[in-house]
Amino acid sequence: MRKLFAFLSVFPTLKDLMWEIDWSDIISTVEFNHSGELLATGDKGGRVVIFQQEQENKIQSHSRGEYNVYSTFQSHEPEFDYLKSLEIEEKINKIRWLPQKNAAQFLLSTNDKTIKLWKISERDKRPEGYNLKEEDGRYRDPTTVTTLRVPVFRPMDLMVEASPRRIFANAHTYHINSISINSDYETYLSADDLRINLWHLEITDRSFNIVDIKPANMEELTEVITAAEFHPNSCNTFVYSSSKGTIRLCDMRASALCDRHSKLFEEPEDPSNRSFFSEIISSISDVKFSHSGRYMMTRDYLSVKIWDLNMENRPVETYQVHEYLRSKLCSLYENDCIFDKFECCWNGSDSVVMTGSYNNFFRMFDRNTKRDITLEASRENNKPRTVLKPRKVCASGKRKKDEISVDSLDFNKKILHTAWHPKENIIAVATTNNLYIFQDKVN
Amino acid sequence: MFPKPPSLGKVLIFWQSWWDTQEKEGILPERAEEAKLKAKYPSLGQKPGGSDFLMKRLQKGQKYFDSGDYNMAKAKMKNKQLPSAGPDKNLVTGDHIPTPQDLPQRKSSLVTSKLAG
Repeated sequence: MRKLFAFLSVFPTLKDLMWEIDWSDIISTVEFNHSGELLATGDKGGRVVIFQQEQENKIQSHSRGEYNVYSTFQSHEPEFDYLKSLEIEEKINKIRWLPQKNAAQFLLSTNDKTIKLWKISERDKRPEGYNLKEEDGRYRDPTTVTTLRVPVFRPMDLMVEASPRRIFANAHTYHINSISINSDYETYLSADDLRINLWHLEITDRSFNIVDIKPANMEELTEVITAAEFHPNSCNTFVYSSSKGTIRLCDMRASALCDRHSKLFEEPEDPSNRSFFSEIISSISDVKFSHSGRYMMTRDYLSVKIWDLNMENRPVETYQVHEYLRSKLCSLYENDCIFDKFECCWNGSDSVVMTGSYNNFFRMFDRNTKRDITLEASRENNKPRTVLKPRKVCASGKRKKDEISVDSLDFNKKILHTAWHPKENIIAVATTNNLYIFQDKVN
Repeated sequence: MFPKPPSLGKVLIFWQSWWDTQEKEGILPERAEEAKLKAKYPSLGQKPGGSDFLMKRLQKGQKYFDSGDYNMAKAKMKNKQLPSAGPDKNLVTGDHIPTPQDLPQRKSSLVTSKLAG
């Protein structure tokens, strides 16, 4: 790969990392906004942290802006549904940004049951010189007022406030895995294991069910919905993926309830290759449309597949993420790693795709040159502008120097969430509880 | 002069033994892994990994507590100890009655994220 990625920042910035990983610090989602200026993370503790890129005119020409903490707030809190005896985690499953319409920024964040629309706004001025109030807020005795003045706005230290503007609740019996904002910027979908609902951003007391795959008899349940996304340009089109490795494309113009798909994307499987693990590893953990809208990418346990929306019977490209794990499936099943849900992402020009792996490795595949690279997110590389060294896993046989053998991989260090800046070659990579930001080396 | 090529017979013997080695190491590593798993857990269902996982996934977060059972058990077992939870406190099995003490201690998450410094 011609591009070389170099270290930019890591959060938390503290050098002394002696604390144990608190479960609430586990990062559960990462998402750039539409301009790339803001980067949001969600964690298991229900908190959202937003980072902002330094503005162009403040930095030197040879480097792109670094990201600094901009705002943080508690999005969701743990709940208990007493009626169903169900514990509702506050973990943020997904964050999706709305395109910016005015000075404020808006994002949707969701846990297993409730979606919230948050407004993030800046305040850098405040009114001073009230007639009836002192500067500290106490009311003045009106009889002491002898002159009138017009209050004026004076600058103050920048304050970033987050406030919940809409709460979309009580529409999902099962656990929400995806939210996706429509290209009409007025509606969005939310998907749980068995159903997909369509909402209007302004209306919280009503939502339309557009997909329902719950069987009449739950004993007949064979597959669940694993991810869903709206098409980036066609406001009537969305896709959803399943635990059986299929993707269904639906057109909302066809009917109100899109149980019958318009297209079904499925790669035929050789029945002689089938094993106990086949269905589990074919389960799709993420689906993402390309920016162009012509392709979509799916992530299953061992590979990334690119599908042409015009061809349903097989993907046009398949990239092996960590094929060496195929001979470790027994132990990966025993330690539950086989159920890990990796995400994937496109770069801004749809020429490179990226996904995470174990041992804090992440992989990039260049669709044009067909070359791939494995990089590692680790604090050892954290001198600014240090170029990341490519990594290699040795599947079997003699291990070369600098290679790591499959048996030495740390399966507790998983990179499930990655994001690529929409316009620049800046990537955000989340390890269990750290956020790394890398940019390509500008010479 | 060029070296004499190996005879066809020798080539076939070589090919066969290479193939056997591949089979032993597992051309289908998945099948070998499946065999390992079945050897460890012979009672593993015949159906491929599917609906058992799905049902478990759908029931995530389910906690059972019956105050009647709890109080009766407390009264009945004043002298004896309540059967304590096994390693997985979320699974209710046998005589075990979930008690408030069994619930995993949740640390307050109302603390600023460490990412924010």
